[in-house]
Amino acid sequence: MSADRGPVLLSVEHLTTGFDVRGRFLPAVIDVSFHVSAGETLGLVGESGSGKSLTALSIMRLVQPPGRIVDGRLIFKGRDLRSLDEREMQKTRGAEIALIFQEPMTALNPVFTIGSQIEETLRVHGRATRQTARQKAIDLLEAVSIPEPQKRVRDYPHQLSGGLRQRALIAMSLACEPVLVIADEPTTALDVTIQAQILELLRSLQQRMGLALVLITHDLGVVAEMADRVAVMYAGRIVEEAPVKTLFADPKHPYTQGLMSSIPGGAPGTRLRAIQGSVPPLGELPPGCSFTPRCPNRFEPCPKAHPGMTVFRDLEHGRGPGSGARTPSPESRDHTAKCYLYSDAVEPDVREAETR
Amino acid sequence: MSLLEVRDLVKEFSRSRGLFSRPSVVRAVDGVSFTIEQGETFGLVGESGSGKTTTGRCILRLIEPTAGQVRFKDEDVLRFSRKRLRQARRDMQIVFQDPYSSLNPRMRVGAIVEEPLIIHRVGAKAERRARVAELFELVGLDPSQLSRYPHQFSGGQRQRIGLARALALNPSLVVADEPVSALDVSVQAQVINLLMDLQERLKLTYLFIAHDLRLVRHICSRVAVMYLGRIVEMGATEALFAEPAHPYTRALLSAIPVPDPVAPRQRITLDPASFSRETPLRTVGSDHWAAI
Repeated sequence: MSADRGPVLLSVEHLTTGFDVRGRFLPAVIDVSFHVSAGETLGLVGESGSGKSLTALSIMRLVQPPGRIVDGRLIFKGRDLRSLDEREMQKTRGAEIALIFQEPMTALNPVFTIGSQIEETLRVHGRATRQTARQKAIDLLEAVSIPEPQKRVRDYPHQLSGGLRQRALIAMSLACEPVLVIADEPTTALDVTIQAQILELLRSLQQRMGLALVLITHDLGVVAEMADRVAVMYAGRIVEEAPVKTLFADPKHPYTQGLMSSIPGGAPGTRLRAIQGSVPPLGELPPGCSFTPRCPNRFEPCPKAHPGMTVFRDLEHGRGPGSGARTPSPESRDHTAKCYLYSDAVEPDVREAETR
Repeated sequence: MSLLEVRDLVKEFSRSRGLFSRPSVVRAVDGVSFTIEQGETFGLVGESGSGKTTTGRCILRLIEPTAGQVRFKDEDVLRFSRKRLRQARRDMQIVFQDPYSSLNPRMRVGAIVEEPLIIHRVGAKAERRARVAELFELVGLDPSQLSRYPHQFSGGQRQRIGLARALALNPSLVVADEPVSALDVSVQAQVINLLMDLQERLKLTYLFIAHDLRLVRHICSRVAVMYLGRIVEMGATEALFAEPAHPYTRALLSAIPVPDPVAPRQRITLDPASFSRETPLRTVGSDHWAAI
């Protein structure tokens, strides 16, 4: 976690992405807004099917048909990524924004050496010549603490252990010194001791390079250790967002509360307070608030329309819930949640956007 | 008498290294011993490659161990004939990690749960059907969904189906191999609650194989920590978590991300030179052993 925070680097505004399935548009990311600044880590938390990976792909503009982005702006360094043509986008991808995937075995090409894959990235983006690329690749492997980089640079992905592979992938992602890194479950496939090393590596690289990091995970433990701010996603929407300490001290949304109480802890052998039911599949969102069928606090307005945003200000100064919905400024450090327990704000109609 | 007693269990796998070299032998399980008492939940913890899954499967003889002893209800499982083993398996069942690949996609879920009853020739058709419906209710599923296929269920529901199948023959020991690690956090808790409820109602004994230490701490009364095929520390859960004695256990415990942003953190890096693989377990406290 770093204290010094630069200007806003990426601002996602009202992003809606979904899939065309049998003539019907099924939204999987719905009206998602967040921002991340240089030197900051935003944790994007959610279970499978919450839309967090699709959000990452949307930012990279890697959504493949039948998926498509239907609405929203992706403001990166003052420009909307959606307005760039494919060539400009290719220059941005990898060079300025890097994506680290969950499974390093599938993200690396098995028939090329680690070195040649890093060198290719460097050359494609004009960061090195044929002569200098090898040495740069070795330097990068060293930067991510791979032992014997001169030797490892000639290894194929299958010759590396899971942890080393993930390091190599991070080295490749960082080859062109991106300013924004999106890491999609970067440690989920790894053992816990290796996970600790990779998280430590990401943290130190971030401090050294001043990266903005969007860390996508389902593990609240990882979020607590890494993030400055956290956005909680459920069924395509961000349902709560807050600075990390505030979120853990005072979770507002019943889903966030449920996630936290599902973590084993407390007295051994006691029943866990599980959330009933499971995440609704794509295209089967219940009417109104998507969490209604599983929510222990549901009441009469919940199934009618999705709730809008409530802003909770200045918790330390003891002021209670904010006065209903307002659009938070991108610089806002507030705590927000979408739930009728706190205000009767209703979400602006997103159906309109879908037909556009 | 302990329900299960494992002594000096060894499993070697040989790996061919090409046409002209001699195959190399890997000891996946290297002299593992532990006992499980009736009604307890015994946790077997370790990272990938530690041999925990292999140990579980050797106990059920789903893979044949190379050496050692497995005594179940005071009988040597490794000496059982095929026929006797089949009989014994009614009493020792397994729940697998992956609820997607462990259920036959072409069978209706009712038939999946009924299959062990047919194989072991339990009851007539009508009795079996009644038993399947009862099992469905036991694991919290709606018996009206018996004629559906596995793909029509969510991951958590599928794990319940796997559990119903394992319980069909009233086993006393259930080997649960990472039963919730493929599930979402919110669903994990439901299945864990179910496992604890069933244990109480049916007096089950669990061998719980897992890599998630938070989970193990929550549901296991005793724990063994495996590292590269050996148990490096074993004991009552409370003692082991409060005072880990082995360097590997300490590193493992310190690596768990704590879901509390203000908790103090001190990560201990494992120094493999700080211990020897050959060191035998010795007593370090009451019901607490470590290979130091």
